[in-house]
Amino acid sequence: MDRQTLDRLTRLSQLQLSAEEERLVLDDLGHIVALIDEMRAIDTDGVEPLTHPLDMDQPLRRDAVTEAVDRARFLAVAPLTRDGLYLVPKVVE
Amino acid sequence: MATVDWESVIGLEIHVQLATRSKIFSGAEAAFGAPPNTRACAVDLGMPGVLPVLNREAVRMALTFGLAIDAEIARTCRFDRKSYFYPDLPKGYQISQFDQPIVGAGVVEMEVDGATRRIGIRRAHLEEDAGKSLHEDYADMTGIDLNRAGTPLLEVVSEPDLRTPAEAAAFFREMHAVVRYLGICDGNLNEGSMRCDANVSVRPRGQARFGERTEIKNLNSFRFLRQAIAHEIDRQIGVLESGDSVVRETRLYDPRDDETRPMRGKELSDDYRYFPDPDLLPVRVTSELLGEARARVPELPRAKRRRYREDLGLSDSDTGFLTGDPDVAAYFEATLATGCGAKPAANWIMDRVAASLNRSGLDVSACPVAPEQLGRLIARIEEGVISGKIAGMVFDVLWEEGGEVDAIIEARDLRRVSDAGELARIVRRVVADHPEQVEQFRAGKEKVLGFFVGRVMRETEGKADPGRVNALLRDALAP
Amino acid sequence: MQPFAGIAELGRGLARGDYSARELATFHLERIAAADGDLNAFIHVAEERALRAAEAADRRIARGEGGPLTGIPLAHKDIFCTAGVATTCASRMLADFVPPYDATVVARLAAAGTVCLGKTNMDEFAMGSSSETSWFGPSRNPWDRGRAPGGSSGGSAAAVGAGLVPCATGTDTGGSIRQPAAFCGVTGLKPTYGRVSRYGMIAFASSLDQGGAFGLSVEDVETVLGAMEGHDPLDSTSAERSPTRRNGAGSMRVGLPSEYWTGLSGDMGDCLLAAAKELEAAGHVLVSHSLPHTDAAVPAYYVIAGAEASANLSRYDGVRFGFRAEDPADLGDLYRRSRAAGFGTEVKRRILTGTYTLSVGYYDAYYLKAQRVRRRIQQDFLEAFEEVDVIAAPVAPGPAFELGAVDDPVAMYRQDVFTTPASLAGLPAMSMPCGFVGGLPVGLQLIGPAFEEGRLLALGHEFQRRTDWHLRHPEG
Repeated sequence: MDRQTLDRLTRLSQLQLSAEEERLVLDDLGHIVALIDEMRAIDTDGVEPLTHPLDMDQPLRRDAVTEAVDRARFLAVAPLTRDGLYLVPKVVE
Repeated sequence: MATVDWESVIGLEIHVQLATRSKIFSGAEAAFGAPPNTRACAVDLGMPGVLPVLNREAVRMALTFGLAIDAEIARTCRFDRKSYFYPDLPKGYQISQFDQPIVGAGVVEMEVDGATRRIGIRRAHLEEDAGKSLHEDYADMTGIDLNRAGTPLLEVVSEPDLRTPAEAAAFFREMHAVVRYLGICDGNLNEGSMRCDANVSVRPRGQARFGERTEIKNLNSFRFLRQAIAHEIDRQIGVLESGDSVVRETRLYDPRDDETRPMRGKELSDDYRYFPDPDLLPVRVTSELLGEARARVPELPRAKRRRYREDLGLSDSDTGFLTGDPDVAAYFEATLATGCGAKPAANWIMDRVAASLNRSGLDVSACPVAPEQLGRLIARIEEGVISGKIAGMVFDVLWEEGGEVDAIIEARDLRRVSDAGELARIVRRVVADHPEQVEQFRAGKEKVLGFFVGRVMRETEGKADPGRVNALLRDALAP
Repeated sequence: MQPFAGIAELGRGLARGDYSARELATFHLERIAAADGDLNAFIHVAEERALRAAEAADRRIARGEGGPLTGIPLAHKDIFCTAGVATTCASRMLADFVPPYDATVVARLAAAGTVCLGKTNMDEFAMGSSSETSWFGPSRNPWDRGRAPGGSSGGSAAAVGAGLVPCATGTDTGGSIRQPAAFCGVTGLKPTYGRVSRYGMIAFASSLDQGGAFGLSVEDVETVLGAMEGHDPLDSTSAERSPTRRNGAGSMRVGLPSEYWTGLSGDMGDCLLAAAKELEAAGHVLVSHSLPHTDAAVPAYYVIAGAEASANLSRYDGVRFGFRAEDPADLGDLYRRSRAAGFGTEVKRRILTGTYTLSVGYYDAYYLKAQRVRRRIQQDFLEAFEEVDVIAAPVAPGPAFELGAVDDPVAMYRQDVFTTPASLAGLPAMSMPCGFVGGLPVGLQLIGPAFEEGRLLALGHEFQRRTDWHLRHPEG
């Protein structure tokens, strides 16, 4: 785990670390990677990955409108809105 | 430098908004044009703790599409998370299908300049649509409307089988017709119900390897698609011929100055970190679902075109017009059902009906003249009951006042004058009234005959059979 | 009115009219006021709402329409959304978040007539085993204020252990109900994955998270589960199963997996073995067997939980809810500074780990590998349950550790060695008090086959009829 990799990870996850945090996290991630590398000891050749503990099929919902949206209730918990819109700094496409 | 014979290679990714009532993973209404954020429920907003539940109808529609293009249908498929940050993507990931799409390889056949082309479909997968960013200025802010978030999309990915901008446009048009025939999309391009991304590259003709490609985003009209691709091909050839190389990038087409430019900002991610969505379980495509999907596959445009040509003897241009829109085809077939001839029916729909609809800005499904009435009207011409000219009048009455063809003909006494005696009397009177024209005719001035025909027609208010009028006049004028 | 009374006893008191639900709520609210400055088991106490709910419960009881939980005070882990009541997940990111909706668990327990006194402290976003990563400061262990109550549901365990509330909800992703239950000397059940709806339960790791309950006895935990469990159309991963019933008449084969029982410290070993012997004395058969892939559970768990968390926490971007940084320079700045200031260091570590294991070039080596290991671990259990009816094991390597004692993340992760295997396999598992080491409670873990909570409850109930460990409570 090097700084370059950490920079990539912070960019992908839109995080930001203080110099202090970065030093600690870089160190911790090194140990965490060592921990998860312990899996290599397990022989998993030909083992089907288990994506979910439940052995069930996806239930399918009837196509009906069941949610009446009360916009005000949702906008009330938003940090910055106007005219019913959520506001973010100007986006350039 | 010797000029190279360039060949362009085009593949399309078409996002089809499925016409379900509710969203793909929530019970909020999937509707266009509602006030901002009034159709985005807690699930669509990605609020903490809420969970997706899959809409059965979205799955059914995807299957109907798959069956319509003879695609491989997965027995089970899976949903994955595609991670990137963007304000119109509430959860920071899009629920999509990565390596287990619901619809596998299929094929779409279409006609370009009379020739049939088979275009491969690589896959079609279900995913949720994102919201919209509104850039009109809020003091350097962008507004986010999440009404569209969670609308079901079927992303159809073609093989790079298309070779010209015209072919690409024809393919988009064919897909547009197909999804409308299947009733899985309203096909409204202005509202973004179908959006297209084009992957474009060029290579020297004969070279097997593909050139580096660029992706042009959000082409939502047939014309822009053709223009944008044509422009991008020229740009790439220019780049290559000037010795540079094409850079893989995402570009936007600007119809105003007809050019594509690299997309700024929205370089979403170079690593989407797809993984199976643990909130959703594998979707089993049951025989029951497949049965329902199959039952919803109607006769498709291509089959109709063939039938119209081979069984009805219509021309390519006629069939093209009549099958382009499923509602027009339905109107045409309902007209035929009354037993009138196919060719005159086609002509009437393409001329008189189309023109009238145009003038009044109506959709064929809202045509004031029912196809049954049009069919009967055409039948009456064929039976010789009324002339084409009179039929035009009857059509106008039907359009303006509605009613029933035969009733209108009777009420207004529009039947042709069939009484030979009366017609002969009229002819004799007209001849007697115009001695000098008679002289001119007898002196060999053939075209004067037209003058007499006109007079007789006026006397009979157009109800006389022109053929018989001609014959009677020739007798009466004979020296 | 006495603290530490069981649900059934409180129900009888309410029915007899010895006290009203309002008096019962007030009694516990006073205990919270007295003790919580010090325990920090609660993030938010909802006194007004509690009293209104209690009055409604009294009217219901007066109409003779009460059920086993009507009027019973409880606390919800602050990971469950409560409409109109702040729900923080112990994070600065959600410090001011008031959800417009109830979690299904909250709605069902309210419908049963319970009286919610407040929201309990936890590790931030349930990421931890000590409740020390809370934005609102660590909770403390009622048996020793210098020690951790365990985590992540430490506040709920401490509140029940200190007699501030008779029962509480919790969530368990890798041991977050069982380990704090053991540390605080209470009974805690993590049901089978799919038994309890996750709707409105703020997601940490979606394929592992499961809601459950804390109580003073197996009987109480069973009563609370009865009101929580059941299919929910709002959760695609909620199973349709008949309600949990105690079952397991007669002698059971109780498995003691060698991987769990070897290498325990002397005192822990003796304490746990004595508990196993008690089960044997009750006529059950102890069977030693092996779960060979146990050691791989912690690494696999931290890969899968991190991967799922990294995506689950992407929605916290300062746009629609939650913490938003002041005057962002641009969109990226808004995201980065909001998330940097809104999340604590442990949460960032998990997000970064998950981002790493899912990224190009590492997916197969880590995420996919972890899922294959997960399959192996599930197979271990499936094979074991051919031989045994229930598995008995330790919950944690030792009793409650001192606050701040485990400061290395990996050492903290290793605390979960005995709880993560059942989590990966989605199996029901319960912790109940089985003795003391150095004056600190020790928990015995019972693990059963999927949807066989009934066996754990039967065996646990029998154990508690024969022992009084669950009746011992801390002073003060």
